[in-house]
Amino acid sequence: MNDMENVLESIGVTKNYAGKAAVDNVSLKLETGLVYAMLGPNGSGKTTWMKMVAGLVKPGKGEILYKGKAIGKESKKEIAYMSTEPYFYSWMTVADVGRYYQDFFEDFSMEKYHQMLKRMELTEELKTKKLSTGMMAKLKIAVTMARNAKLYLLDEPLNGIDLLARDEIMKSILEVIDPDVTLVISSHLVDELERVADAAIFMKEGKMVRQCMVEELRSSEKKSVVDLYREIYGHGGEELC
Amino acid sequence: MEYNSSLPIYLQVANLIKRDIVTGKRELGEKLPSVRELAVSYTINPNTVSRVYKELETEGVCFTRRGMGTFVTEDSEKVKNMKEEMAGTLIHEFLEGMQQLGFTKTDVIRILKKKEESGE
Repeated sequence: MNDMENVLESIGVTKNYAGKAAVDNVSLKLETGLVYAMLGPNGSGKTTWMKMVAGLVKPGKGEILYKGKAIGKESKKEIAYMSTEPYFYSWMTVADVGRYYQDFFEDFSMEKYHQMLKRMELTEELKTKKLSTGMMAKLKIAVTMARNAKLYLLDEPLNGIDLLARDEIMKSILEVIDPDVTLVISSHLVDELERVADAAIFMKEGKMVRQCMVEELRSSEKKSVVDLYREIYGHGGEELC
Repeated sequence: MEYNSSLPIYLQVANLIKRDIVTGKRELGEKLPSVRELAVSYTINPNTVSRVYKELETEGVCFTRRGMGTFVTEDSEKVKNMKEEMAGTLIHEFLEGMQQLGFTKTDVIRILKKKEESGE
């Protein structure tokens, strides 16, 4: 176990959209084996940053290094990204989604996918276009976590999910954790990530405003992540309706 | 479960396990769940669980057998002491709280006696 090693480095990364910086000079390092909560309201740059790490969007300025090398074909093999947008064709069944992923990713495990489906109570013949928001969220998690990736980027995995299902999803995420696996989970549901994250990254208006270890924050500053979130943004995160 | 916001989570979970041990919910010498099992059942980070076990080991509440896992201590004396220690902490906190409200120890004893008589 090499826990001091950094799996990812973001160096002065900037991305502009229509003249406005969506991500503004973000420098941070991700240590191998840790779970990071990426926090901030909508529009704070979380999604754009994740897309750059996933190799879907190119930085305007700065660079991102995965295990010391630029993002590209090789990094994509080891980085699993789950976006907020639904990305399956409407004709697909749950089984088709698995096959589609299997074709795309060498590290996809059909066995793991089936286990995940069972735990999420999804059946293979279900059509994706008929899935409820909650079921779709579960499917996205199942297919993403069925990859044996080294770095997982999960963009708002708990969005639109009821409390019970949230717990199911968090447990499925926890099961992949390993000393050589790193996770970044974005959310504005700060509370849900508090117990699961080793570290928190706070984003505000495209900038990374703070990065800290969760337990250290509690013992040295006697603050929870929720407390710090309130300090930074002036409110305690959005509530799900 | 709910977590207190200012106490490190690993200490909170360690306290829960200690409570299970002193109340006999977990027996002497019993094998504790693996790091992954405990992480999933409490929905907490596995690194936090490792810290929980490390803490319990340092306190002598648990021990690790290489390749076999973590076990509750077999020393009943240790558990008895731990129970007394936990009770001591509770009583201390209680008395401090009462003192802040302006009650003396004599007042506290009187109040407790009254409680006992009323069968609560």
